[in-house]
Parts: sequence; C-alpha cells; structure tokens
Amino acid sequence: MGIWTTFYAVSFYVATLILIMGVGYKIVQYAKTPAPLKIPTTPAPLTTGGVVIRMLLEVILFKSLFRSNKWIWLFAMLFHGALWVVLLRHLRYFIAPEWVIFPIWEMVELIQPFGKYGSFIMIFGLLGLLARRLFIERMRYISSASDYLMLILLLVIGASGVLMSFVTRTDIVQFKAFMLSVTCFQWQNFELAAYQMPTDSMLLVHLGAVILLMIVFPFSKLLHAPGVFFSPGRNQVDNPREKRHVAPWAIKQFEAR
Amino acid sequence: MAKAKFETPAFRPYPVIPIIKQGVMKDSRSFVAKPGMQESLGYPGELVDNWQEVAINKLGELLTKYRSLRVYLDTCVKCGSCTDKCHYFIGTNDPKNMPVGRQDLLRQVYRRYFTLAGKLFPKLVGAKDLTRDMLDDWYNYFHQCSQCRRCSVYCPYGIDTAEISMAAREILDSVGYGQKYCNEIIEKVFKIGNNLGLPGPAIRNTLEGLEEDIKDETGVDVRLPLDEEGAEILFIPPSADFFVEPHVDGLIGYGKVFHQAGISWTMSSHASEAGNFGMFIGSYENMRRVSMRIREAALDLKVKRIIFGECGHAWRVAYAFLNTLAGPFDFLDQRYPIPQHICEFTYDLIQKGALKLDKSANDHRRITYHDSCNVARATRMGNKPGGQFVIPREVIKACCNHFYDMPSDTIYDETYCCAGGGGLLTDELMEVRVKGALPRMEALKHVVDNHQVTHMAMICAICKSQFTKVVPYYGFDMDQIISVHQLVGDAIVLEPNDRS
Repeated sequence: MGIWTTFYAVSFYVATLILIMGVGYKIVQYAKTPAPLKIPTTPAPLTTGGVVIRMLLEVILFKSLFRSNKWIWLFAMLFHGALWVVLLRHLRYFIAPEWVIFPIWEMVELIQPFGKYGSFIMIFGLLGLLARRLFIERMRYISSASDYLMLILLLVIGASGVLMSFVTRTDIVQFKAFMLSVTCFQWQNFELAAYQMPTDSMLLVHLGAVILLMIVFPFSKLLHAPGVFFSPGRNQVDNPREKRHVAPWAIKQFEAR
Repeated sequence: MAKAKFETPAFRPYPVIPIIKQGVMKDSRSFVAKPGMQESLGYPGELVDNWQEVAINKLGELLTKYRSLRVYLDTCVKCGSCTDKCHYFIGTNDPKNMPVGRQDLLRQVYRRYFTLAGKLFPKLVGAKDLTRDMLDDWYNYFHQCSQCRRCSVYCPYGIDTAEISMAAREILDSVGYGQKYCNEIIEKVFKIGNNLGLPGPAIRNTLEGLEEDIKDETGVDVRLPLDEEGAEILFIPPSADFFVEPHVDGLIGYGKVFHQAGISWTMSSHASEAGNFGMFIGSYENMRRVSMRIREAALDLKVKRIIFGECGHAWRVAYAFLNTLAGPFDFLDQRYPIPQHICEFTYDLIQKGALKLDKSANDHRRITYHDSCNVARATRMGNKPGGQFVIPREVIKACCNHFYDMPSDTIYDETYCCAGGGGLLTDELMEVRVKGALPRMEALKHVVDNHQVTHMAMICAICKSQFTKVVPYYGFDMDQIISVHQLVGDAIVLEPNDRS
C-alpha cells in the first residue's frame, strides 16, 4: 500500500468525520438556541407553506441578493449553480451503477458533459467574486485574509479539475476503484496496484484541496449553507398577534413564579 | 435654529455608492447614562472594573438566548450586498456605518472568543480582542444604528443589524456603559408613565385644552378621555402626541375618528406611552416591564380592545412582541386583532362607510407618504402581508385628492429610515441624524420637484420629531411634516354625537 493511498484514504475519513460532526454540531446548536421573539423581515408569509416558498426562493434563486445587487447575484448564481452541477457529476466516482435505482445512474451519466463544461462557469463566477473583493474599495474593507483564501481554495479545486478533464488526464478508472474502496471500507483492495490512489499531481492537488475544504467547512463562513435555514428573519411565520411565542428561558425567568 | 458645526450633505445628481472615508464618524458620540438611570434599569452605575470579562460573559449568555445573534454572527460571508444599503453610510461615508462594518465590530470579538478559527488564527479570520478602543467603537457605532432593518431586506441570509445592535447595547448596559438618552427615557416610563415625563394631571390638562380647541374650531364636542373605566377601547398614543407639533394634530384626528365611530374609548395615565425603548437597548426584561403597563392599564380600565396610535417602533413592539411579552390577552374581545393599529381601525371604518370624509378639505395639500422603517419591515396591518403599506395609503387617499409616492426603491420595505429612530433622537447626535436623512430627503425632493408635493405624511412619532428638526437643513420647511391622522381629522365631516 503506497504512502499516497494511505494518506489520502485516512485524510478523507478524517475530513468526512469533521465535516459531518462539525456541521451536525452547529445544526443542533442553531436548532436548540431559542428564538424568543417573532422577528421575520416583513412582509412575511402568514403560513408555514408560505415560509417554505420564501426559503426556496432564497436558497435557489437568491431573491434578496437579486433585489440588492445584480453583479453579486450574477456571480454568486453562476458559481453556486455550476457547483451543484459539477458536484452531481462527481457522484460518478462515488457510486457504482448497480447500487442505485433507475434512473439515478442514467441522470449522472446525462449530466457529465454539463458538469465538465459547468466547471468553466464555476471558475468564471469565482473570478467575478474575487475581482469584486479585490477591486471594489468597500469590499476590500470588509474582507479578511480568510475571505480571499476561501475563493482561492475553490479556484484551485476548479482549476485542477478542469486541467484533469481537458489537459493532463488522470487514470480515472483507477481513481474510481480507489474511491469505492474507501467508501466501502474495502481496505484489503489497497494491496493491489489497480486500487491505489493515482499519483499524478493534478489529482493530488484537486483531492487535497477538497479535503481541506471539508475540514474548514464547519469552522468558517461556509456555515452560511446550514445557517440560512435557521435565520429567524426568513424562516418565521408572521403570526405574533395570533400566537404567543414565549421562549423557555423567558418562561423560566418571568412567568414561572 | 442654531445649526451644528458640520456640513449637510449635498443632494446627489444620481444615486452613486459613496466612497469610504474611514473614521469620520468615530467621534459622533451620544452622552453616557448617569449612574442613577443605569441602576433603575438594573445595570451597574458606571463602567465596571472587570468590564472585559463581564462583556464576554454577557455575549456568551446572549448567544445561548437568541438564535438570531448566533446564526447572524456565524453566517455572514461578506458578500457586500448590504454595504450600500444603510442611510447612515450613504450620508456619512464611514465604513463602520455599512451594515456589515457595524456587525463586524461585534463579530470580530465573537470570533476571537467563541470560535475555534478565531482563537487559533485571529489575524487570518479578522478576529479581534475586546480592547477599550473596541468597546468605545461599540458604544459610538451601535448608537449610530436606528435598527431600521433595511439591511436585512437585502441580506441573502436575512441578517438583521438591528439584532446585533440590540445585543451590543445590552452588553454595554451590562458593563455599566449605557446611553443616557434611552436609559433616561425608560427610567421616566417606570417612574412617571411616559417617555416625555408628563404626569397624569398635565396630560389631563392638555387634553381638556385640546377638547376646547376642537370645540372652538368645529362647534362639536369631541372628547379626548383619560382614565375612563369601562370604555370599550384603550388607546395608547406615543406621548409626543400630547403636545409636540405636528403630532398633536394627529391626536385630534384620532379623537375625531373615535367620535364619528361612536365607540367609547379612553387613554390611560398609567400607560400614557406607546413607545418602548426597552427594545432599543435590546433588553427583553425592560421591554417586558414597559409592556406590562399596557396590560395593567387594560385590566384596570376594564376595556375590551387595545388600539395603538401613530408610532413606528412602538407598533413593532405592540404588533410583534406585546402578545408574547404581556399576554395572553384572553380578557379582551377576541373578534378584533390584539392589539390593533389606529390605521387599521380608521381603514375599517372607511371601508364600512362609517366616516364621512370631505377630500377637498385637503386640496391645498399635495401628499406623499413616508413608510416608517419598523412599521414597514417588522410589522403588518390587516390580514394580508404588505397591509402595512396599503392601509395607510388607502386612508390617505380616502382623505386627499393629491397623493404621489416617492421613487419605488425608497418606499414599502425598501423605505429609508428617518435617521432618528432606535435611540438616536437626541441633540448630540444631530450630525449623524442630518447626514443619515440624506436618502429620504433626496426621495422627497424628487416628488417635490416632479409632483409639487407639499407635505410628507407619516405614522411615527420619532419620524415626525426627527423630520421637523432635520428637513430645514435640506431646504424644506418643518410644516411640511404631517400626521396621517391630521389629514383624516381635517377631512372628517363631524356630526354632533350626543352620547352621555
């Protein structure tokens, strides 16, 4: 078993654990923290169904951002939209056709070319966001080193991916064999050459950057992904006159006498 | 009027995003609360010795009590969406008046003490120690936020700087570094019953004088009752309505509406104030204490309904929090919203044809309407989302022939704050108040130039006080500010209504 294979397999497990436990911890924390007052930004929906629609418009179409600034919206939309397509394309490396019901595999196959070229759109979106951060004075003012590094990390992931798809080529069959052995815990496979992690530099960079992203996720602003669903400004039903809304700590402090 | 030493911003030929000028508002500082005021609200009299430790602990406590604070401090990605949305930034160019710039004052400290990344790599993630400089920045800049929520409209995560400001003010209070203006007013509410410190006899006196004025002017006995047990409706006006111009003409308008409706009503000397500054300082406890007066007054006077007067932040606390803080109101008539806004009440009467209105009485006025920030973005009227925009406009249109809206990106939920709300309506903050009013003044100028608008109507006591003081800096006249219920009062055709 080669050193790269061991390193990447172990890193992948560690990163996955950190990602799931870390984000899980934050989700539980958000869910457990009370929202003691009704504070939706109004006009707000009067029903839970309405809130679901409001939330979908926010997370799929970035409605508030669209009202605010068309340039940020455009770049953010291109990046996030393309990222989803690219991610779905990558399912190909993590599942075998016989594992899934029809038509999931067929969909994954169908999406391949979109995912491959989508990566260019993703990079374009990221460059747009980076350019705004670099060249607009007030964006520069609010940016920390981590804000730039996050974009650069994503750009490294995107660029190394594009290079593998269109320039250097990697042994994707061998990589998939490696990856499936990792996800199925079939470590005995790693004794065989055909299941080793391919060692061309682009793949090492690509996977290394992805692993890093997974590790920083729960400790960074990437928490906006789960966080948006817990935003009281967006997820509350507008019914304070109809229903009382007393938080447990407020009951304890003021009402239980 | 003596004008302070600063330049009123010039109208911009077209709305460009301002260039940032760091630190220009750093010294714009409201007076610090005196020990007595602090203590009567349950806070230390002056800055405690271990303020840093107390502040961090308080932040930790608030993080477990308010999901909004926790989520909002975590989720900001610094996308820049909010950077040009705050009227104080537009008027002052100070980057700490950009919503994200303001939030970051607290977020940097949050990251330093409460996140792994900030503990390990403070420089990398922009985490900062809580120094005396930082504490002073908190004090200065969190009192340059009117908690108007305009930023929250545009944030892709709904991050509301008002929530951050409230938390920061609560922390400042808990270390003994509160603001004089807010805390003095809350103290007055507890001791006397209202923000202006008007004792019951003074209110009674004023109301009797106003009744005589109405009688002289119209020949009709319109009553403005106080503390009348058994009335149907308890009416809670902002105390400014008792004797500040132009507010008081709104009060006369309410009286005429109730008169025409033929419903018995009363105000209360115990709860003679709609405003609740407990919200401004982010104090659940004080906000609750102020709210309880309204419940007590409703029980004492044995009323069936509660209606609030024209007051913006007050309507937020009334609409969104009162039921939670001081409910349940199971002793009131459940057929009506609890509480109800005076505009909802007047609108219903208009819909039913119960008010005889002569629009031509307002023909000498050409009206626009200023959506008050907290009414627009934190409350509702009627039973449909957006009723808070439609209902006041429908009331105005029923009373006036000439109504013109300001540009669409400055009204409804995109409305610009008057720049005097949220605890800023104090003279030492005049510079930030004048500069922050720039975008609203530009929008007003637009309708003045294009539609010859003469008056800007509104339903908020703070907006009215702020604008009467600030519009002269921009070349308008303070008489151009008017209450919606003054328009109603002027248009109502009164009938003698003999019910004893």
